[in-house]
Amino acid sequence: MAAAETPVINAAARASLWMRPHRIVLILIALVIVLASIFLMRWDWLPTYLPLALQGIWRTIWLLVVTSALGIALAIPLGLAQVIGPPILRVPAKVFCTVIRGTPLLLQLWLLYFGLGSLFPQFPWIRESFLWPILRQAWPYAVLSLTISYAGYEGEVMRGAFAGVPKGQLEAARAFGMSRWKMFRRVWLPQAIHRALPTLAGETVLQLKATPLVATITMVDIYAVASRVRQDLFVTYEPLLLLALVYMAITGILVFGFRRLEARIPNRLG
Amino acid sequence: MARPACYIIGAASTRKSRGHKLSDVLATIFGASSLELLSFQPPNGRGLSLLHGLANSVGIAFGSFGVGLVIGIGGAYGKLYGGPVVRDLLEVYTTVVRAVPELVLILLLYFAGTDLINQLLTALGHAAIDINGVVAGIGVLGVVQGAYSTEVLRGAILGIPQGQIEAARAYGMPPGLLLRRITLPAMLPFAIPGLANLWLIATKDTALLAIVGVNELTQTTRTAAGATKAYFTFFMAAGALYLVLTLVSNVVIGRVERWARRGMPSIAGSH
Amino acid sequence: MKPFLKTALAATLIALSGAFSASAEQIKVGFSPEAYPPFYSQDASGNWGGWEVDIVNAICGEAKLDCVLTPIPWDGLIPALKTKKIDAIMNSMSITDERKKEIDFSEKYYNTPTAVIGAKDQKFDATSEGLKAKIVGVQASTVHAAYAKKHFTDAAEIKEYQTQDEANQDLAAGRIDATQADSIALDAFLKSDQGKACCDLKGYVAPDLEVLGPGVGAGVRQGDTELKDKLNAAIKAIRANGKYAEITKKYFDFDIYGEESQSN
Repeated sequence: MAAAETPVINAAARASLWMRPHRIVLILIALVIVLASIFLMRWDWLPTYLPLALQGIWRTIWLLVVTSALGIALAIPLGLAQVIGPPILRVPAKVFCTVIRGTPLLLQLWLLYFGLGSLFPQFPWIRESFLWPILRQAWPYAVLSLTISYAGYEGEVMRGAFAGVPKGQLEAARAFGMSRWKMFRRVWLPQAIHRALPTLAGETVLQLKATPLVATITMVDIYAVASRVRQDLFVTYEPLLLLALVYMAITGILVFGFRRLEARIPNRLG
Repeated sequence: MARPACYIIGAASTRKSRGHKLSDVLATIFGASSLELLSFQPPNGRGLSLLHGLANSVGIAFGSFGVGLVIGIGGAYGKLYGGPVVRDLLEVYTTVVRAVPELVLILLLYFAGTDLINQLLTALGHAAIDINGVVAGIGVLGVVQGAYSTEVLRGAILGIPQGQIEAARAYGMPPGLLLRRITLPAMLPFAIPGLANLWLIATKDTALLAIVGVNELTQTTRTAAGATKAYFTFFMAAGALYLVLTLVSNVVIGRVERWARRGMPSIAGSH
Repeated sequence: MKPFLKTALAATLIALSGAFSASAEQIKVGFSPEAYPPFYSQDASGNWGGWEVDIVNAICGEAKLDCVLTPIPWDGLIPALKTKKIDAIMNSMSITDERKKEIDFSEKYYNTPTAVIGAKDQKFDATSEGLKAKIVGVQASTVHAAYAKKHFTDAAEIKEYQTQDEANQDLAAGRIDATQADSIALDAFLKSDQGKACCDLKGYVAPDLEVLGPGVGAGVRQGDTELKDKLNAAIKAIRANGKYAEITKKYFDFDIYGEESQSN
C-alpha cells in the first residue's frame, strides 16, 4: 500500500528538487561539457568498434551475474561454517575469508592464471586430460577468482548475518518442533539473507568494479575493448570516458534493481 | 615463504619413503631454487626488491589514505554545511567515483591528471614538472579514497550528538576551533571502523597501479616472476607479504579503536 | 589564503625546476618494465640491462644527453610521450606509418625479421594456411599484433597480451599454439630452459613493409626536431666509430642493424 503512495510524493518532490535554479545552471554546464566533448573529441572509431563493444558489455555482465550467483552460493556455507561449524570446518572457512580479504584480487587472479599456467609444462598429463579444452581458456580462471573473492567478502557478511538472527526466533522454531533442517530453511536462512541483503547491492557493485581486471588475463570484456581502441588508434581519453559511462549505467541499473528487490521483501524485523 | 621449503626438508628427514614424493612435487611447484630466489643475496635473490616494492606499496597506501582523509573532511563538511552548488558537485564526485572501476579511474587520472597539471603549469609560465609513479599513484588513489572517506566522515559527523556542536556554536566558538576541538574528536569513534576498512582497501588498491607500471609490490613481483619464470613462487610470496600487511594493520586498528573509544561505554560484540 | 598558496606553489616549482636544470640536459627515455631479453632484462637487484640499454647509454653518451630510463607500460608509451611524461621512446618500437601519425621517429637503430614460434609437437609454418585453426598470441599494440590481425585473422584466433613475456608464458603452458614476434626476442626465449622444452621456430613471416616498417627507431614528440637530429647524429656516430659493433658483439654473433638505412 505504502509503495503505491510514495512514488507520487517522490515524483513531485523530485520535480521541485530538479527545478531549483542552481541545478538548472549546473545541468546546462554539464550539457555544454558533454556537447563540447562530442564535437571536440574524436569519436569516428565508434561505429567500427561497436559490435566488439556490445560483445564486451555482454561478457562483463555475464561475468558479473555468474560470479555473484556462485559467490553467494559459496558464501552461505562459509558463513554458516564460521558460526556453528566444528573446528575442522570453522578454521578453514575463517582462514579462507582472511586470506581472500587480505590480498589484492589482481594478485589472486595472476596467481591462478600465470602461476598455475607456469606449472602446466611440469605436469604434461594435464594437457591430456578431458578438462584441458576448458583449462586452456582464460574465462575459467576469471570466473574462479572473481567467485572466490565475492565469496570471501560475502562469507564474512553472512557470518554476521547468521550470528545476528535473534536467538528467540530459533528457540521459538524449536519449540514448534521443527527439525533442524526445517528450522534452518524456514527461519534461520531467510532471516540471515534478509539481514545481508542491504550489503548485497554494495558488494555486487564492487564486484562489477572488479571485473575489468580479467582483461589482464586476455579476456575480452568491455574494458579490454576500450584498451584495444586506445592501443589501435592512440586515442587515450575518449574510450576511457565512454567506458566510465558504461560502468556508471550498469551500476545505476544494479542499484535500482536491488532497491526494487528490497522494497518487495516486507520488512519483518522488529 | 619459508614454509614449503621447511616441509621439504622435514618430509625428507622423517618419512623417507613418502617424503621423497611430496618433496619432489613441492620442488616442481615452487622450483628447486625458490628459497634462493627469495633470499636477500644479490646474485639471484630478489627478496630485497620485493621488500622495496612492499615499502613503496605501504608508502602509496599511507599517502593516498592521508590525501583521502583531507578530501574526506572537506567533502563531509561541504556535504553537510556547504551551499547547494557545493553539495551537488560533491554528490557528483562521490557517485562517479563509487560507480566507476578503480582501474578505469586510475588510467584516466594517471594520464589526464599529470597532463592537466603540466598544461596548467605551462600556461602559468612555469616549466613542466616530473611527476613520478609513486606521487601520481598517491594522487590518483587519494582521489578515489576521498570519495569513500567523504561518506564515512559525513556519517560519523551525523553520529555526534548534535547538541555538542550547537553548544559550542552558542559559546561563539569559531568554525576552525569547533572542527579541531569538538567535531573531529567526537566523530572519531564513529569514523574509525569505516576508516579502518578504507585503509585495508587502500593497501590492496595499490596493486592496481601495476597496470600503469608504478613500481609497487605487485609490479615488482610481476617483473621478478617474468625474469625468473618462477611465477608461482613470486605470486605466493607477494600474497604472503600483503597478508602480513593486512594482519598487522588489523592489530593496529584494534588498538586505535580501543584508544578512540576510551571513556565510552563498551559496546558488546564489536571487534 | 590565495597569495600564500601561490607562493607555496611557486616555491615548490622553482625548487623542482632548479633540481632539473642543474644537469646538462636531462631527457627521460621511456621503456616498458618487462623482461624482453636480450634487449631489456632486469637483474636481481632491480637494475635494467641488455643490448638496448647499452645502446641507449651509448647514444646518449654520444649526444651528450643525460638519459634517465623511465618505466611506462608498453601501451602507455606513446600517450606518455605526447603528454611530455617522457621525451623519447627507445624500447624496440618499430617505425610505422600508423605510429608516425602520432609521433616522430629517429633513423632505425636495428632491424630484424619477424618470426613465428610454436609448440614442438605441432608441425606448421608461418603462413595463414599453416596457422589455420590455431591460437596465435601477440603483444597488444605492436607491429606483430597489427600484422597478425591483417594476415592471419581469418585463419587463426588472435589473442592479445600486455607483454610478450606473458605470451611466451602461455605458449609454454600450452594455452596458445604459436606466437609471433621479433625473431631475436623469440630466439632468446627458445634458448631458455622453458623455451627449449616446449617450442621451436616455425618460420619467418612474409614481409609487409607497410605494417612491419623499416626497423626500430627512437620515438620522439612531433616537432621535437632538435632531439631527433641529436639522436640521428649519435646513431650515425656509434655506427661509424665501432661502439655499436662492440656492444652488439657482446650479445649477438651477427650485426642486427640490417641493411644500411635510407632516410625515412
